[in-house]
Amino acid sequence: MVQAPEKTDHIVPQTEELVVNMGPQHPSTHGVLRVILQLDGETIKHTDCDIGYLHRGVEKIGENLAYGQFVPYTDRTDYVASPTGNEGYVEAVEKLLELDVPIRAKYVRVITAELTRIASHLLWLATHALDIGAMTVFLYCFRDREKILDLFETAYGARLTVHSFRVGGIFEDPPTEFFLACEDFVRYFPRAMYDYEDLLTENRIWQKRTRGVAVLNAEDATNLGASGPIIRGAGVPFDIRKAEPYAAYEDFDFTVPVGKNGDTYDRYLVRLEEMRQSCYIIDQAVSDLPTGRTMAKVPRTLKPKLGDVYHRIESPKGELGYYLVSDGTDRPYRLRIRPPSFINLQALPLMLQDQLVADAIAAIGSIDIVLGEVDR
Amino acid sequence: MAEENQAEEEEGTPSAAESEPSSEPQENTEEAASAGGGEGEAALTEEPSEEPEDPIESLRGVQAVRSLLGDEVEEVTSFTEGPEEVSMVVPAGRVLELCRFLKEEHGFDFLSDLCGVHYPEREKPLEVVYQLFSIERSERLRLKARLAEGDAISSVQGVWRTANWLEREAFDMFGIKFEGHPDLRRILLPADWEGFPLRKEYPLPGDGFGLSWVQRQIPPDSRPVQPKG
Repeated sequence: MVQAPEKTDHIVPQTEELVVNMGPQHPSTHGVLRVILQLDGETIKHTDCDIGYLHRGVEKIGENLAYGQFVPYTDRTDYVASPTGNEGYVEAVEKLLELDVPIRAKYVRVITAELTRIASHLLWLATHALDIGAMTVFLYCFRDREKILDLFETAYGARLTVHSFRVGGIFEDPPTEFFLACEDFVRYFPRAMYDYEDLLTENRIWQKRTRGVAVLNAEDATNLGASGPIIRGAGVPFDIRKAEPYAAYEDFDFTVPVGKNGDTYDRYLVRLEEMRQSCYIIDQAVSDLPTGRTMAKVPRTLKPKLGDVYHRIESPKGELGYYLVSDGTDRPYRLRIRPPSFINLQALPLMLQDQLVADAIAAIGSIDIVLGEVDR
Repeated sequence: MAEENQAEEEEGTPSAAESEPSSEPQENTEEAASAGGGEGEAALTEEPSEEPEDPIESLRGVQAVRSLLGDEVEEVTSFTEGPEEVSMVVPAGRVLELCRFLKEEHGFDFLSDLCGVHYPEREKPLEVVYQLFSIERSERLRLKARLAEGDAISSVQGVWRTANWLEREAFDMFGIKFEGHPDLRRILLPADWEGFPLRKEYPLPGDGFGLSWVQRQIPPDSRPVQPKG
């Protein structure tokens, strides 16, 4: 005969808060990001990000190099979208030197930057879907990203850290095959995108994992300085290509997609539409490509006049700004990179407030960070 | 530079008044043109004695800062002739009040960037640079506040939450203290790191770059005293 315990109906569950450490070596954090989560059951109560594992002091290095020598370093901040890193820096230096870049070089920059945007978004979609559990999308995305990397190789000789632009233009006019291949790609890619959309957009599991998850409304997004697809997903049509056109963007016709709810699903839709718009821009740029030089007359040593400029571009992640202070010598006195990933990541604690711990992965994925850029 | 020109002209008011009749009709037409161009509000707040064609002084942000601070604005510079790269040097003690005013009354709802700059030769060696932006008007404004060694500046974290991590980074790299910041600790470097790497007396070790900016540029006897992190 089993004897009953004395206090059967008085088992009080332990309700202690639990601190969970995600990273820095966690596959879903896309690099060395450490997130410390305070959990009540499965609900996130507090989030703290620990960053800096990849800090290399890029700004300090830049202040000790000549203006032209720093360009390859900009490849390595956001290393999945190196041409836009080049573009921001090179254009900031050109502003400081008051250089006029030939129009053909500007068009080639636009083509390259938009290809970069597609490549970066493809890498984002691949890993984001993989985090949530969709393996097939990953393979399709990498199939198409490969084509873009081949294009980079045709034009600039490298695939990842491309070092595509120089101060004053581009190093060499890309071969004709590059532009022909761009035309082919622009025809091919919008149809290839149906492969991912068929798998995800109407997929019930995908919708359950992304709709209403990690919501950031327009007011918070603005207040937190979020840019790129994060703020546009929240419904604010802020795109630097429209707000402050650089390179040759005022020549092209395109729309800025915006979301409505500011959740992970809207950010997904915004990025997909951005890829379509990028194709549209490339198509226009290739068909209207001006002829002429691709390099301005640039002095051998770059010595800008005294002063400071802030130049920003719309990188795939958001507002990428370079603040340069010149003291009249051949090295920048101050070189500041305004990294979009760093500032977008700051929205993570707010996005995760009172969400489930499993959604932390979806939220980190949907911000689209690159730790090389966060930590610099 | 633009400010200097303007100040000179204001000093020389009698001569300007004499030559007024000839320049008056021209000014009127320009004002009318700018009012018709959709900037009626800005044109209305403008005082008629100011030059309406000055692209820097007619910026709404510049006017707003002047309306709050008046003579306390230390310097207005612009790298280009146009309104894109305007910087205003403002007293550090009034930054918080000014930022709140600019955000709430003048629509500068987006803080693009906040960073530090170190000028060891100046009397106030540290500078905090704010890049403000108004999404609605697509207008940019750069504010700079100068600090003496050891001074603190008010945190603008309560105005734009963007400033939270950016101020932590400025503290991490320059040792600038932000008063009222809820969580001012190092962000990119480890908590036990010594010194502030982006200051000019901090060397960049490595081949050929062993000297700091201060060691290269300033003779030993006139170097500023290095503060301890």
